[in-house]
Amino acid sequence: MINEINEDSSVLTILDKITKDDDPEGEIKMKIALLLKQLDLHLLNRSLKNISLEIRLNPGTVKNDIELLKRFSGKGEQTVLESIEYTSDYEFSNGCRAPPWRQIQGEICYVLVKPHDAETLCITCSKEGVFLNGGKTDDEGEINYERKGEIYKDLVTLLREKSAKFSENMSQQEGRFNEEQQKEKDQPNEAPEEEAAALRKASTASRRSALEKKQISLGRSQMTKRLEPSLNWKTTVDAKENKSSLRDTQEEKHGGRLEKSRPSTSPGRAQLIRKSAEKIEEIISESSSESEEDEEPPDHLQEANADLPSEYWQIQKLVKYLKGGNQTATVIALCSMKDFNLAQETCQLAIRDVGGLEVLINLLETDEVKCKIGSLKILKEISRNPQIRRNIVDLGGLPVMVNILDSPHKSLKCLAAETIANVAKFRRAWRAVRRHGGITKLVALLDCRRPSAEPAQPGLYEARDGEVAHCGALALWSCSKSYANKEAIRRAGGIPLLARLLKTSCEDMLIPVVATLQECASEEKYRAAIKAERIIENLVKNLSSENKQLQEHCATAICQCAEDEETRDLVRLRGGLRPLASLLSNTDNKERLAAVTGAIWKCSISKENVTKFREYKAIEALVGLLTDQPEEVLVNAVGALGECCQEPEGRVTVRKRGGIQPLVDLLVGTNRALLVNVTKAVGACAVEPESMMIIDHLDGVRLLWSLLKNPHPDVKASAAWALCPCIQNAKDAGEMVRSFVGGLELVVNLLKSDNKEVLASVCAAITNIAKDQENLAVITDHGVVPLLSKLANTNNDKLRRHLAEAISRCCMWGRNRVAFGKHKAVAPLVRNLKSNDTNVHRATAQALYQLSEDADNCITMHENGAVKLLLHMVGSPDQDLQEAAAGCISNIRRLALATEKARHT
Amino acid sequence: MNRKKLQKLTDSLTKNCKHFNKFEVKCLINLFYNLVGDVTERQGVVVGLDRNAFRNILHMTFGMTDDMIMDRVFRGFDKDNDGCITVSEWVYGLSVFLRGTLEEKMKYCFAVFDLNGDGFISKEEMFHMLKNSLLKQPSEEDPDEGIKDLVEITLRKMDHDHDGKLSFADYEQAVREETLLLEAFGPCLPDPKSQKEFEAQVFKDPNEFNEV
Repeated sequence: MINEINEDSSVLTILDKITKDDDPEGEIKMKIALLLKQLDLHLLNRSLKNISLEIRLNPGTVKNDIELLKRFSGKGEQTVLESIEYTSDYEFSNGCRAPPWRQIQGEICYVLVKPHDAETLCITCSKEGVFLNGGKTDDEGEINYERKGEIYKDLVTLLREKSAKFSENMSQQEGRFNEEQQKEKDQPNEAPEEEAAALRKASTASRRSALEKKQISLGRSQMTKRLEPSLNWKTTVDAKENKSSLRDTQEEKHGGRLEKSRPSTSPGRAQLIRKSAEKIEEIISESSSESEEDEEPPDHLQEANADLPSEYWQIQKLVKYLKGGNQTATVIALCSMKDFNLAQETCQLAIRDVGGLEVLINLLETDEVKCKIGSLKILKEISRNPQIRRNIVDLGGLPVMVNILDSPHKSLKCLAAETIANVAKFRRAWRAVRRHGGITKLVALLDCRRPSAEPAQPGLYEARDGEVAHCGALALWSCSKSYANKEAIRRAGGIPLLARLLKTSCEDMLIPVVATLQECASEEKYRAAIKAERIIENLVKNLSSENKQLQEHCATAICQCAEDEETRDLVRLRGGLRPLASLLSNTDNKERLAAVTGAIWKCSISKENVTKFREYKAIEALVGLLTDQPEEVLVNAVGALGECCQEPEGRVTVRKRGGIQPLVDLLVGTNRALLVNVTKAVGACAVEPESMMIIDHLDGVRLLWSLLKNPHPDVKASAAWALCPCIQNAKDAGEMVRSFVGGLELVVNLLKSDNKEVLASVCAAITNIAKDQENLAVITDHGVVPLLSKLANTNNDKLRRHLAEAISRCCMWGRNRVAFGKHKAVAPLVRNLKSNDTNVHRATAQALYQLSEDADNCITMHENGAVKLLLHMVGSPDQDLQEAAAGCISNIRRLALATEKARHT
Repeated sequence: MNRKKLQKLTDSLTKNCKHFNKFEVKCLINLFYNLVGDVTERQGVVVGLDRNAFRNILHMTFGMTDDMIMDRVFRGFDKDNDGCITVSEWVYGLSVFLRGTLEEKMKYCFAVFDLNGDGFISKEEMFHMLKNSLLKQPSEEDPDEGIKDLVEITLRKMDHDHDGKLSFADYEQAVREETLLLEAFGPCLPDPKSQKEFEAQVFKDPNEFNEV
């Protein structure tokens, strides 16, 4: 409007001028000026139109924002949010998730955000911006679309406003977040966030207007490929990334339960890794529905009609009767269909391809008990096929089955639970079961002690209570692979019920029960509950069962629970170590062997347990497992040996049994978990000089050293830790270290890592390397001093300790003391004295003592209040600390006296 | 009917009926006489429910719709074939109908499905019973083709001795393999829901009622 007015007035003035001035040349000039002016305005108008479009949000940008935030959400203090979720899973083809009648208002989607420090926020993302709405009504209900707060320009701004914790953590994450955003933007420029965001929007829109034609054709191709509905290039890229990462996690998962239960070096950390991996999985599944298509092999549809087997036609006919028949005909057709070989893929797919799944699921919604039973009997069988599972979920079969769990007919409950057990093998299904209250209902099935008002004469379609509980446990087993479901099972009071069922002696019942517990034991809360419910003793008891599968699940469950020290003691006290050790002798069943070695590994973290294992000759058996075993077994066996070798007796046994050779041989592997464990075991062996000789002889140190180049930080760290005793105990260690070409440079460069564990381990290695003067000179040349100095500003006590040790060692060369001072290592070291860890105190005091030999450093220390802190430490019971602190103070004091003296003379 | 006679009747029926207790038998007798109406019993005249009255009950109380099946159920109850269900036939019939064991129910259902009572369910009988079970599709040339096919399917499933008709042995074997086939040719037993309702209504404990 304003423009138009301006335009009008300017034209008027120009016309004025023209009428006043009759000069023909001037007239032409004026005309040109007029035309130029018009062109100008035209261009401005156009661009304004574009820009005004751009300021609005679009589904693509909203989606990107939400997905990014998701990636940084979860439990723990470091994340920006506890959770962020869409209210609706369904995404329309235009990228919106709001129902169509709200889309008219420009609303894109609704998200439920749970910040760390506030109630759950229900937020509307619309084209105009982002605002709080009236919230979601409790009972599964509608969203109150009414706007309840200010409009913010985007989600991040809103959340910064609403949650202090979010904005705090956000600024910490900023770097990463920006990085991610940058990556997503595929714009390499370093523009600040907002500008870049604007740019991104602009670029999308300009493409939209300028390349409209192209866009349309692109859109079409996207549609046909069922790709992201968003018009954003990046989202497609992103989706691909997601897909690949998803595939990775999938692979990890499909690698088998074994791999899943494989923890890494430090107990608890594996937990973390696994948990976060799972979280990522969850997130990915929540965000991109289309990438799930990749999880399973793609459908291979029947190719040509000519090749269709006869079953296909027969099944087609039966489905026709199912559709057009009354109850009687339906039951006959169902019974007849059941007679086909439903385990065969042709039949499974035939039922689906002729539209049988829809009918079968529809039947579940009728009142006819017989039809429901017949339908479930078929669904139960064909849902063993992964494609059929997906189809059943796509057709909304799970909510219907979950409803049937309430049925008064026990056999129906059983069948529904069994079918759920088969269907719920992937994330979308787990979520569907949970969202529809299935977990609570399944847990209720476990409760078979309740005296039910049974009629004197049991009905025709009734099952035993035990059978119901069995089916419930089967379904829970399937569902318990997702974190949220584990939590739901716990909240529904599943643990005491499982504990009670565990007391039975029926193997059929025990297997799903133990398996569910085993899945759930990955969660801390479960492990606590398992301890409280005295489940361990029953697990131990069932280790001695005859059933191999049951033994395997029990061992895996013990492995999971033995992260906890008390539990490890319980396993010992309940006599669980002997059956574990004796199961090692049977090496045929690899799954069970992996589970058993896993349990032994975790149990051997307690020293008392190692003593027992030695008694039961488990170490010998474990050494025997170091060759010709699958990786799952190797990882656990080596892990167990690593723990056993922490004791001198264990080391001797391993050496005498010839365990060192196979261990060193395993150093050339590629499996990350295995490498972590092998390096730890080799490191533990190297503590004993005799074993060290063998390791040296086998060139084990060189192998360890080359693992410092491994891409995985935990392998690097573990290798660096293992190198420490090697350097300590090797003969001519200095010479040996020098013989590794480029080895010292490699170690020094690892100080640039950003992994605290790697840094600590490398500092420890450097401490040992620096014991040799010549090597110290070399690493000084490689710039170890500035790198170490840079690390001094840390709050990680482990790193502080080893760093201080490394610094005090490195002070022994040349002008390194001065150099440390120059690189500002002194002040942070003084601050580290305030740590609560005495190890840090000792190491730091020693480092300061070394540094105090230089006058400038003394001044820095004094300025930073070191004297007061050190004085306190002189009174410590730790003699080394006393000495170092006193030495340092005396150096500072001496300097002060000297200055005073100088002043007086 | 006087009290003493009723007591005697209840006792004798209870003795011969294993699925109902005395109280339940009493309730059923009361119900029977309520249904029959106040007809004084005379020598030679049978007091009971005729075909129509019984079919009405089946329809209203147990939701049955198939005329033929209802007729057959009536025949199943009417042991002496006199076109009238007496009080003892009523109680015995219901005992199987509501609470029969699988064996009893199989016998009962087979009798219902064996339309001509020759001990076999023939193809023709099946066709007869199933003829309304499929939605007629106008497009189809022979509207009965689907039914015939359904009969074939049933035979394939149940006719173990391959003689083209179902003997009781065939039927029994099939039902034992798959209980769903008990009522293969039409619902002739109460569905669980209406059964529950019926029992709840009829077997109301008078004491309980009084307390309220």
